[in-house]
Amino acid sequence: MSDNTVIEVSELHKAFGDLQVLRGVDLRVERGEVVCIIGPSGSGKSTLLRCVNMLEQPNAGRVSVDGVDLTDPDVDIDAARRRIGMVFQSFNLFGHLNVLDNLTVAQRKVLKRDKENAETVARANLTKVGLSEKEKSFPNQLSGGQQQRVAIARALSMDPDVMLFDEPTSALDPELVGDVLGVMRQLADEGMTMLVVTHEMQFARDVADKVLFMDGGVIVEQGDPEQVIGAPQHERTKSFLARVLDPTHHGPSDPAL
Amino acid sequence: MTRRQRASAFRAAQYALLLVIILVFAFTANWTQLRHSFFNLEAAAKQFPDVITVALKNTIVYTVLGFSLGLALGLVLALMRLSSVGPYRWFARAYIEFFRGLPALLIFIAVGTGIPLAFPGTSLNRNVAIMVSLGIISAAYMAETIRAGIQAVPRGQIEAARSLGMSPGRAMITIVIPQAFRIVLPPLANELIMLTKDTSLAFLLATTPDQQELAQFARQALNTTQSLTPILVGGLCYLVITIPLSLVQQRLERRFGAGVKPGGGV
Ligand SMILES: Nc1ncnc2c1ncn2[C@@H]1O[C@H](COP(=O)(O)OP(=O)(O)O)[C@@H](O)[C@H]1O
Ligand SMILES: [Mg+2]
Repeated sequence: MSDNTVIEVSELHKAFGDLQVLRGVDLRVERGEVVCIIGPSGSGKSTLLRCVNMLEQPNAGRVSVDGVDLTDPDVDIDAARRRIGMVFQSFNLFGHLNVLDNLTVAQRKVLKRDKENAETVARANLTKVGLSEKEKSFPNQLSGGQQQRVAIARALSMDPDVMLFDEPTSALDPELVGDVLGVMRQLADEGMTMLVVTHEMQFARDVADKVLFMDGGVIVEQGDPEQVIGAPQHERTKSFLARVLDPTHHGPSDPAL
Repeated sequence: MTRRQRASAFRAAQYALLLVIILVFAFTANWTQLRHSFFNLEAAAKQFPDVITVALKNTIVYTVLGFSLGLALGLVLALMRLSSVGPYRWFARAYIEFFRGLPALLIFIAVGTGIPLAFPGTSLNRNVAIMVSLGIISAAYMAETIRAGIQAVPRGQIEAARSLGMSPGRAMITIVIPQAFRIVLPPLANELIMLTKDTSLAFLLATTPDQQELAQFARQALNTTQSLTPILVGGLCYLVITIPLSLVQQRLERRFGAGVKPGGGV
């Protein structure tokens, strides 16, 4: 593993009871890379992402982030998670805290930054996601798109080495998707290392350095976005893309864009 | 009969029944006697100012003391109920079943006689004994309420906190418990109302005159005034506490109960 590898997953297995969800997944994300994971619902994308920061405990295999093996029972998982930002499909903003406090609470309690310092960092990140005027609002006063951008700013305020996104735009009204994707593009341009589960094919094509197609708990196909999305090799990838790119299409797979 | 006719006949029958009941009471009760006993202004005047400055004050003090201890103990028990350590869970379970199942009266007697036995030589501080009695009873109820509130906080809140590097304990204290308390505020207000009335058992701990609360004060006054009016005065004083609490509870329910969902998710 080179010094530039941020995430390395090997032979990862995860089962929920009898249900085998991940059946041997290998994955590598280099520093500054944007890797997008696509695939049908239930294929194990979220589970894979959640194994990367150990929100799910894998049954077998290895996950290392910044060279630290997170499957080691003696690892300080809280310390490791400080360097791994996560953005959830359902935002999960802290409902009892206003926007500014959402961004400062972990900085203060976990990183032990003082109030002033934490607020400076928080405001810089709010400005970055275009919500500096919302710092006193509560989550339930914001639109879904605004909440998700606050969630991104919250993760960024911890100065993570890598960001995980689990379908960040799937819960949003269509007209709000663009704002969130815009923030993510900007992050990618700034060189953030990102692992993104998404159904936004245009985003994956434009931004990803690598696209993985998952189905049935394994990575079926991976490579350059133009190759995986533009000219998929596997039958399963072709039929998935046909369904995603043209939901009304019922004929034989034709993933031409 | 049409549906409309049937409905109005049914309503008429209900009003008739109500009228009969009122008339029976009006003619059978001895109103002069009742008015003389319960609405004796002279006897009522004698209750003041002590009913307020001593009795009402003590009822409030005992309620606040008991509720504070009950809340703290209830939170600890709720966390024990949710602990991954078996013996903690079993203890909390046993505590809750035990103290929910016993009449408050027995607990007051047990505390009043038990503390001097357990700690010989200490003189029983009555405020402490009342606080302990009320606290251990209300803790059993509040523990279950708080546990339900903690479990009602969406899982995503804990996951978000953990993903930011918070330890399980830190996530519980900073993220989960504050949101759980908003969820359980209405039922806790209800506990507080119940507790206010349970303070009437404080007389079991042999209180001195300046430690009397409303119920005991009223009973004592029955003897001195030869009238039932002190019962009415004492009763009204309880309502002075409980009705505002009910109003607060209703407002909290409207504010937190239906509208605002914790987490602000979809
Ligand atoms: N905590 C869980 N307990 C049981 N089954 C789960 C759990 N999480 C996910 N699963 C199951 O694992 C499979 C993969 O889920 P997931 O990783 O969420 O897929 P995706 O994100 O690709 O839609 C699904 O069949 C889902 O029902
Ligand atoms: Mg998913």
